[in-house]
Amino acid sequence: MSDAHAESVALSSRWAGGARPYAMGSKKLGMWLFIISDALTFSALIMAYSYVRLSSPQWPTPFPFSPAIVFSTVMTFALLSSSLTMVMAVAAAHRHDHRKAVLWLLATMACGTVFVVLHMMEWMHLIHEGLRPWTTPAQWPWPNTPLFGATFFGLTGMHMLHVTIGIIYLGIIALGFGKKKFEAEDVEVSGLYWHFVDLVWMFIFPLIYLMSIKF
Amino acid sequence: MSEHAEAHGGSTRLYIGIWFALLALTAIEVYLGYIHLPLHLMLTLLMGISVIKAALIMAYFMHLRFERLSLFLTLVPILVLCLCLIMIFFFPDGFRMQQLRTPLG
Repeated sequence: MSDAHAESVALSSRWAGGARPYAMGSKKLGMWLFIISDALTFSALIMAYSYVRLSSPQWPTPFPFSPAIVFSTVMTFALLSSSLTMVMAVAAAHRHDHRKAVLWLLATMACGTVFVVLHMMEWMHLIHEGLRPWTTPAQWPWPNTPLFGATFFGLTGMHMLHVTIGIIYLGIIALGFGKKKFEAEDVEVSGLYWHFVDLVWMFIFPLIYLMSIKF
Repeated sequence: MSEHAEAHGGSTRLYIGIWFALLALTAIEVYLGYIHLPLHLMLTLLMGISVIKAALIMAYFMHLRFERLSLFLTLVPILVLCLCLIMIFFFPDGFRMQQLRTPLG
């Protein structure tokens, strides 16, 4: 059998590297695999949080419905809306409408920025009260719960880092796509990342905030 | 919507519908927090709703519903494992830990 023949067999076979087994480009598949590994990272953090919370004799529930829960609900709204603008960007990119795709990407970045700014304001408020990753404020009625700060800042900080990186990532994609250096697939791949960050918040919001409402 | 976008598996109308569904589910979650349910019931309901929201985002926003089945079969078992990891300390045996820990004081 000649080499050329062997190669043609390899290329025509679905699992031998020639054809695309998932019917998608390597960039998109790569992003999906990254998302899976990132999902495991967040799972580990959430698991640590739930373990620490359940095995502690008491756990702070410091978020009053108003303003803390209302505040974080607005943050959730900003993130959910950014996902909608992101699918619009991807749809526009596939229509080769560069101008609209860039505008939708900018809208997504704006929503993401709103989320980060609101989140930072909330962090500053808690830090001002005296919350640290190793201790809770002395005036809180839940003594001996130093790990609350660790899990709170750990989980929300990791998520905020992802949102911040996402905003930068979308900025680069918007620039490149606007200059027609990037393809529609690149916009779609950045969209996958963005939706995943949104998805993670759908677990952090109820577990961190709604399970810690002060009554 | 052009035919190309339709072939890609979603229309603007569908996306806005999914967005509304996600907002409505979030509103239900916040309402559950407002009416002050027992902690275990609250957690069960919240996690149930969160899984539905995650599934909606993955299926429609992340296009998984319109991809090849092989991708779904590659990704979803791992995500189920992730969910099991998250839930393992909450359900079903996790609550027992509350009885096992040292009493306060």
